Order: sequence, then structure tokens, then C-alpha cells
Amino acid sequence: MSEQIPVHKSVKSINFGLLSPKMVKSISAIKVVTPELYDREGYPVDGGLMDIRLGVIDPGLKCRTCGSKIKECLGHFGHIELARPVIHINFTKIILDMLRSTCNSCGKILSDTIKIDLEEDMDSAKSKKKAKEASELKSVTKCPHCQAKQLKVTLEKPSTYLEDDKRLSPIEIRTRLEKVSDEDVMKFGIDPKVARPEWTVLTLLPIPPVTIRPSITLQSGERSEDDITHKLGDIVRINQRLFENINAGAPEIIIEDLWDLLQYHITTFFDNAVPQLPPARHRSGQPLKTLTERIKSKEGRIRHNLAGKRTNFSARTVISPDSMLDLNEVGVPREVAMKLTVPEKATEWNMEYLKKFVQRGPKEYPGSNYVVRPDGRKKKITSETQEQILEEIQPGYVVERHLLDGDIAIFNRQPSLHRMSMMCHKVKVLPGRTFRLNPAVCAPYNADFDGDEMNLHIPQTEESRAEAEILMMVQTQIISPRYGLSVIGCNMDAISGNYLLTRYGGMSKKKAIQILTEVGHEDFSRLPKGDKITGAELFSMVLPSDFDFVGKTREGSPVIIEKGMIKEGYMDKSNLGEGQGLMLRNLHKNYGADKSAMILGEIFRLGIKYLLRSGITAAISDADLVGDSSEKIQKLMDDANDEIFKMINDYHKGKLEAFPGRSVEETLELKILERLNQARNDSGKKISENPDPTKSIQVMVESGAKGSSISMTQMIACVGQQALRGHRIDRGYKDRTLSCFKPNDLGPKARGFVENSFKKGLAPSEFFFMAMTGRDSLMDTALRTPKSGYLYRRLANAMQDLKVEYDYTVRDASNKIVQFDYGGDGIDVSKSEGGFINVKKIVESVLDK
Amino acid sequence: MTSELIKKYENLLPKKIIGEAMELIPKGAKKADVEKIMKILVDEYNYALVDPGECVGLIAAESLGEPSTQMTLNTFHLAGVAEMNVTMGLPRIIEILDGRKTISTPMMEIYIKEEFRNEKKVRGIAEQIKERTLKEIISDISINLAEIQLEISLNEKKMKQFNVERTVVLKNIEKAVKTYEVKEKGEVIILKPKSKDEDLNILYLLREKLKNLYVTGIKGLKQVLPVKRDEEYLIITAGTNLKEVLSRDFTDTTRTVSNDSFEIADVLGIEAARQAIINEIYKVIEGQGLNIDIRHVMLVSDTMCTSGQIRGITRFGVVSEKPSVLARASFETPIKHIVNASLINERDELNSVIENVMLNQPVPTGTGLPKLGIKLD
Repeated sequence: MSEQIPVHKSVKSINFGLLSPKMVKSISAIKVVTPELYDREGYPVDGGLMDIRLGVIDPGLKCRTCGSKIKECLGHFGHIELARPVIHINFTKIILDMLRSTCNSCGKILSDTIKIDLEEDMDSAKSKKKAKEASELKSVTKCPHCQAKQLKVTLEKPSTYLEDDKRLSPIEIRTRLEKVSDEDVMKFGIDPKVARPEWTVLTLLPIPPVTIRPSITLQSGERSEDDITHKLGDIVRINQRLFENINAGAPEIIIEDLWDLLQYHITTFFDNAVPQLPPARHRSGQPLKTLTERIKSKEGRIRHNLAGKRTNFSARTVISPDSMLDLNEVGVPREVAMKLTVPEKATEWNMEYLKKFVQRGPKEYPGSNYVVRPDGRKKKITSETQEQILEEIQPGYVVERHLLDGDIAIFNRQPSLHRMSMMCHKVKVLPGRTFRLNPAVCAPYNADFDGDEMNLHIPQTEESRAEAEILMMVQTQIISPRYGLSVIGCNMDAISGNYLLTRYGGMSKKKAIQILTEVGHEDFSRLPKGDKITGAELFSMVLPSDFDFVGKTREGSPVIIEKGMIKEGYMDKSNLGEGQGLMLRNLHKNYGADKSAMILGEIFRLGIKYLLRSGITAAISDADLVGDSSEKIQKLMDDANDEIFKMINDYHKGKLEAFPGRSVEETLELKILERLNQARNDSGKKISENPDPTKSIQVMVESGAKGSSISMTQMIACVGQQALRGHRIDRGYKDRTLSCFKPNDLGPKARGFVENSFKKGLAPSEFFFMAMTGRDSLMDTALRTPKSGYLYRRLANAMQDLKVEYDYTVRDASNKIVQFDYGGDGIDVSKSEGGFINVKKIVESVLDK
Repeated sequence: MTSELIKKYENLLPKKIIGEAMELIPKGAKKADVEKIMKILVDEYNYALVDPGECVGLIAAESLGEPSTQMTLNTFHLAGVAEMNVTMGLPRIIEILDGRKTISTPMMEIYIKEEFRNEKKVRGIAEQIKERTLKEIISDISINLAEIQLEISLNEKKMKQFNVERTVVLKNIEKAVKTYEVKEKGEVIILKPKSKDEDLNILYLLREKLKNLYVTGIKGLKQVLPVKRDEEYLIITAGTNLKEVLSRDFTDTTRTVSNDSFEIADVLGIEAARQAIINEIYKVIEGQGLNIDIRHVMLVSDTMCTSGQIRGITRFGVVSEKPSVLARASFETPIKHIVNASLINERDELNSVIENVMLNQPVPTGTGLPKLGIKLD
């Protein structure tokens, strides 16, 4: 490939139409006359279905039509002449409409009011309306042109037409359709230039080339034919028999039977899932996959092969975390790096550099696997060919060298639900057998490390690499277009580490410098004087020196950062986490994508490195109750119980007053639910009354790293009410949930309230209730995934063509305007503060100076 | 003075930002400061503009589709204590986007004009507008086997409570049963078949049918519930009848809404329906605690409404109106689309995304949008 070959052909548009018999004949290479496939030597029979004039599928053979070899010859159509015409199953509706709405003797349309304007566009709404009108003339009983009496035509599915209970043969149908004039055909909305109605009754059947129905050779040497070849064999066989019988003058009944059989075979050739017909089957009993089944549905040609494609230069393996990598790096195992390659073109200037790769060959890293000559021939580098290639190589050759650090790769995790599921990373070749990524980018991929696998793709052209780097790099994707906030942020230990550091941390200067160095931050000039350094001061080091920010912690206390120093407050999830506060967004806006990715990486590592020194561990003693909380919680529970039994008593006495629009029973349920939830929440509050940095679980919950106050309450105090579909559990046995309760017991325990904590352990009945709700929620997820997946597919399909034009209008594929300004003001969500421009801030910033 | 300065920028900035600037920049601000602010605003605005070619439709679809996996499937949602059951979560979103004509829980929020806005009056209105059927105002409905006729005795007390006239009831019954003779015999209303050979079975059926005969109130409002929200009384109803409700003199017509977008399209027009769809989708999103920018919802609603009617995001709705054969075929029922296309000599101009993917050509969005001709020689 010494010269770049410009793309000189591109498809501008595609026209759809029917094949006329004439056309079938003219594109046909041969007329198929025998159902036999191969002769005794295993060579394709002339005039058979595998005739080598229809294309070749065996290596070594040459196509007798075009003379090319396998893979070069695309195949050629053949045809068979049908002994009697046959209806095409996909056009039964339009044939019926035309039979009904045209005269049975003169062939004119049964109306003299429908006029067609020849200038009019064929698929305009007007002509569609006319077409509908034309196909609804079945009630006309007399032809307005020749006064002939019209009989009622019905379709007996799948493909038999009856005229007043008398069968219409396809021959008759075809002659009738032939009589319809071009002008009348147009009135049905059909363009006679590409689709004469009689062409829907087949007289010639095109035989698809062998290349679309290749046979496979089994290990035993036997040949196994494609389903379509089988079907075509049936058709040819019956067709031949029909010919013979007609020529021999066989009785009409036999001919009719064979004709029907031919119709059946041709129908199932097109569509093997016609509701009224038994599907054609293999000898083993599984239905044949014929033309329609090949195209249709998720596994069909359109969705499986055309809208989705397979790719080379990709890898897949398990992922594992490595926070020492940059956000936009991906650790690639050396094994993978030696299989995936990047093509690099040889020039005068890089010749020596590339020759070294060739020299090292495929087995030594970093080597190369293939060399592509200017004529497009690919040559594998082996120990034998190496010498020769080294001599041969000259400018214009392309060397496919192994992956190197810094190469561009696209990293992806399925399901790819949004564009952040496919981002561009820079390769970092590492030992080991897994892909490594920075845990901060788990959120956009929705990845964790419990065995998840991810895919890696290597772009092969300069254009694609440039586009991937500029548009898809991790740092360009930090701000989500969904809500305008950061999708990448600290998680887990990085949050709890920074929380502990900025809230309680402090250390000697020496230690601080050590940590900063580990984190990758080498500028110590901003470290405050003195030997003691607080955590907040250490954290401030990784922030830019002119960064100002005012925010809030999770608890609502203020966080103030002035000139890159934390003046007040501490860090937690609401400032560091993904999809949370504005801190990360402001960093991104003020310092750009690259710098903010770097800062984020440093913050992340800072948290982890600090935690490594201070230590964090979740112990069973973290779930201990301090002091008299145990009694307090017991009292809360007892109070709730007493109150509820009072309510139940009231209910039994009929003293309970119903809420408007509710029955008394519903009211009682609601009140009990409310009271129980209150009891649980109250006991939760008792636990988190005094924050204690020595209790790791509490630290995790308070910093937002993991868990919630509810999950902590469940562990320590009380699990709480188990709800099935928003109600207390009320099913099971007659009038009771489990046999250990009295019938009609409405008390908390009998209806799924779990009083114990996980630490204390559950009672058997409580365990059972939890199993019930656990199963219910499992079911919920299992049912929801396909539903939301289908919704997403529909949305994506309906809206994929909408784009912003240069005049900032949103238009669809036919250039119709959907919105005059995107979102009413043309603002991109990911480039603004949640879709708005903060006028107030700007006004203040100018006036305050 | 300041406002004049700001006004100069009207062509450069959207109205909303101009309005905010008017409000926030103090009147006495220096000319230089105002100009500086406006310049920054224009810069910021231009920076924040979408890039031409941006695939906003797909971004909107992603923004809705990705979090929809996190939504709950719970059909019924108990919002507080004294509210009604409403379809929420994923099923509701699917219902809206499908463009279903009949929704599972039709609902209205009727706001009341100031002069009627006190607890007693609102309760009165609620009683008055609830749909009442015959069975609520009768004391008995029975079949007289001897005479083969239906006898209805009305409950005067209930009738007074619901403010129903006897003549109205009679008229309604007469309208409902054309083949019967309706007579009044004292307190009892008697229905006698006009033809002699009436079957008893049909009489039984008729009795059940008559029980649900509409008598008074607003048709369709099956349940009413006066509630207090933010210090204001309003009426929440199950079942909708926007046209009737809006015509009553006590309704605050500017805020009263139904959750049935088709009804809104009929009564108030497509623009109102578009807003209704946005509001309904956003209500679910907020209820689930998700964070999605309103622009994406607006775009979805706009695609559903651009044709002038509400079209669902289904193969019968929006997708069927695509200009490209291959794009339609790639969604659902490909054979149907290809067959029809070949009959009418359809031409696929390859203007949208999916056809070009199929043909391995650059798609006309994003970086594929600009077209440059290069002279090669």
C-alpha cells in the first residue's frame, strides 16, 4: 500500500422493487433442472443446485460464470421455470386487494372517481390515502366501466383465493392482474415501473447463489447442505414431477395436488413460519431456517450482521484494580500486548526503529507479528521469514508491531448502556493476566472486580486513533451529559481515607512528604511551615493553588476552600463521589479535562495511601451497642409494640377512624407500617448519635464510602419491617402467615416485622420472612432488566437520527425540525452547570472585585 | 440605563439569561461592570452551546435508558398516608412512552379558585363532582316475576344528599333503555318491555347494567379525595374528565391537570400534551430519586409530538414514520417494511445512522457531519 487508495465508491441511495420474470431470466446464470447436487465423484452436477456456474464454495475450483476463485466470486443467481405459477406468500394481501377492487372481466378499477396525478410523489400522504380508498372497493358489485357483475373474492389463508366459493387458480389470478393498466396500478399506491402486480405470482423462481448457502463438510467427510439448499431441492423435485405429469396428461386431481405441494414448498422457502402451514422440517424434526428466518429477529441478518459487526484487534479478560495507574490508563497483560498489534508505516525516517521490531519477531516483546507489503499482501514474521523480510522492507511497508505503552485503546464493558461504557485509555503493558484499571473509573463502566470481564479494542488507522483520543479519552467523559456532574469520582476506601484524613488526620511533615511522594505529587512548596501538618493541609496540597470552592458535607455543614486550602469542613462523598456535588465539576471547568483527571487521581491515591497507614477494618465489635443504648432501643421497640396493640384493639372494637378514601383495614395497615418504620428509624438515630472514628463501619457509613444508616441499623439494632409489594406480609396459611402464629394475629411479629438485629441473629419466623422478601426482590430485578432493555432499544432506535445542525436546530433524518433550539436554549448539559449558566456567580465575581 | 445596556445583548443570549441578568445586576452598577458581566455571559453561553452534529437524540435515549434499569417495578406506590394509588416507576414510563390511549390509573388534580378554597367548600365540591351511579341513590331494584318488569325505588335521602332531581333520574333511565316503557307508580319506577316476548335473563342483565347507570356528578370521576397540600385544598380524583372539570366555575383552570396526555391533547392541544408528557415523565424520575436533565425528557416528548399527534415510541408510532426503509426494517418486522418498500418503489437516501452502519459508511452525525471535497490528483 504505497499509495493511499481513496474511497471512490460509496452508496448514495438504495431503491427497492420487485424482480420481473424478465429480470430473473437476465440475471440468471443457469436454468436449474435437476434436484441432484453431486455426481458419484462428488463433483457438482451441471444444472443442479450446486452447479459451479452459480459460484464456488470449494477451494481450488473456479466459477464457470466469472472465472474467479472462492472469496473473489460473489456468486450468481440461477432460475427455475415453474410448471405452474405460484403465489408469493408475502404479497397475498396486495393480490387480494387488487382482485377485489378491479373488474373481473375488463381489469379496470371498480371506481371512476379515483384519479391519480402522475406528477405526484408516490409516497406522499395523499397517494397513501388514495391507495387505501382503492383497496376498499370490495363492496362494489357492478363494474362502472363494462357493467360486468362482480363476485366476492376472499382469501382462504395462507394462499388460496375463492371467488364465491369457487377456487381461483394462480393462472387465472395472474391473467387478471395482467389486465390491470399501469395507471390503475398506481391508484393502489404501487409503482408499476418496479412492481407490476402479476410479478407477485411467480412463474420463474430465482435460485440464490451457492455462496449464500454454503455446504459444510463434516469431519467424517460427509457433506451437510444448508437449509435453503434442502428447500430448493424439494422445490425442484416437485416442479420436475409436475412437469412430467402435465406432459404425460395425468388426471387433473393429481396435477392439482402436486401444484398445491409446489405452492407449499415455495411458500415455506420464503417463510417457514406461516401460521396456517406446518413448518417444513429436517429429518431430525427441527424446522428449517429459510429466507424470512434468516433476515428476521435478533439473530437474523439485519440485527446480527448488519447493524452489529464483529471486530479483529480486540481482547477480553478479567479486570482487576490498580489505583497507581492514571485514570486514563489501562493495564494490558504482556501476553495480550504481544497478540494485539498497531500498524506502523515504514518511512525513511523510522526504518531503523521499525526494523528492530521485525528483528525481535513475534516471540520477543516488543516485537511484531506481520508485515504488510505495498500491494496489500500480509506476511507473517517467523524465524524462517524474518531474514528475508528484514532485507525486503522499505518505505511503504507496514509493520504490525506489538502494543507499546501509550498506545491508544478503546476499553468497554457490557452492557454498553451509555457512551461512557466505551472510553479511550492509554495502554500500559504490565505483567499478569488481567486488565488493570483505576477503580475511580468503575462507576461509568458500572464495573466491579468480582470476576467482571472487559473488552479492549485497538484502533488501526490514524484517523480512528485521533478521533478516539480527542473524543473518547476518559478525561473528556468526566462530566456526564445526563446530569452535568462528574461520573468519575472517588469511591470506597478513597472516600473513607480522605474523610479520616481531612476530619481527624494529622502527622509529621516527614510523613506528609512521604505520602505525597507515593501519591505522585512532587511539589512540596505549598506545605505549611512547622513540623506538624493537619490532614486538611495535606489534602489541600493536591488542589490547585488558586481553587476556590464553597460546598456542603453530607451532614450539611459547610466546606470552604480558599486559594486551594481547606479552610473549613472536611471531605466526604458529597464532594468526592461521582454524581454528587459541584467540586469535581468546578475543578473540571476551571482547570480542564487533563488536569482534573490528574488531580482526581491524586486525591484518590491520597485517600488510599493515608488509609494504608491509619488502617481500617470492620470488626464485629463495631456492631456493639455502647452504654445503655441496648435498653433504650428495647424501650423504643416496646413502646411501638404497645401502641400498635392499642391500635389493633381499637380496630377490633370498631373505634378506629378510617382515612378519607380508605377502608378501616387499610388505615390500620398504614398506621402500623408508619409506626414500625418510625421505631426502626428512632433506634437508628440512637446508634449514630456520637460519631466515633475508631468504629470503621461507622466511618464508612458517615463518609458515604459504603452502606447507609439503614444498613447499620439493621446490623446493630433492628432489621425492621419486611414488605411485599408495599404491604406487610399477609399471605401464607389461612388467616395467618406461618403456622406458629395464631389465626388473625395482626401484631408486628406475625406480619413480618424483624425485631432482632443481624448481629443478634434472627428468629426462625423472621428468617423466613426475610427469605420471602429476598426472593421477591430477586424476581423484581429479573423481570425488570428485559423490560427496561426493550424500552431503551426502542428509545435509541426512534431517536438515533436526531442531531444538532449548524443553525442549532435539532432535526431528524428527513431534515424535519424537532426543536428550534436544543432544550429551548441550545445549552449542552455537560458543558454547563446542570444545564444552566450561573448568572448570579458571574455577576458577583465581577462586582465583588 | 443598566437595562438598556443589557438589552443590547438580546440577540446574543437566550431570554432566560437576559431576564436573570436584569434581575441580578443592580440598577446602579457601573457601565464598565455591566458590559464586563454581559461579555462574560456571552462567552460562557457560547462555550456552553451544543456542538453542531452532536447526536442529541441518542444522548437523550441513553440518559433515560441507562437509569431505567435502576427503577423499581413496583406498580403501586404509597405516597404518604392519604393519597391515592398511582402507577409509578418503570411501568408508568413505559406506559407514557408507548403512547397508550388508555392508561392504567387515570388521575386528576383539581385546583380550586381562591373564593372556593376552604375545607368545607372543597369537600362540598368533591361530593358534587363525583360520578354517581344509580345504585347509590336507590333503596331497591328488583324484578317482578309476575309482571316481568323491573321495579326501582329511589332513596330520597341519598338523592337530596347528592342533589339529584327525580326527573333527571327518569330521563337518564329512559335514555339508557329505549326498548322499555318507563312508568312512575307512586314512589316506584317501573320498567316494562315494550315487546311482549322479553326474556327474564335479559331483565337480569338489564338490572346489573342499570345499577351502574350514570346519574349525576362528572362522568369518569370514580373517586374523589380532597387533600391539603402546601396549605392549599385541592381535589385528587381517580378517573379523568378534563373537559367537564375545566368548564366548572370553581376550577382554577390554569393549574388543573389530568395525567392522561391524550385527553390533554384533545382538550388543550398538542403543545399542552407535550408539556404534560414532560411533566409526567419527570414526576416518575423525581419519584425514583434519579438525576436526569430535563432537556432529554423534552427531546423525547418533542419527538413524540412533532407530527401533531401523540405518537408512541413503538413500531406503530415514531419508528413507522422514519424516512428510511432500512432504519425501519432494522427495528422490528423487517419483512413487512421491505415488501411494502418494493411495491411502492421506495428509495432509501441513506440519511440516517443505521443504514450507513449497515453499509459500512460514515454516519452523518458528529464528526461524520461535515462534508469536505478534496481534489485528488
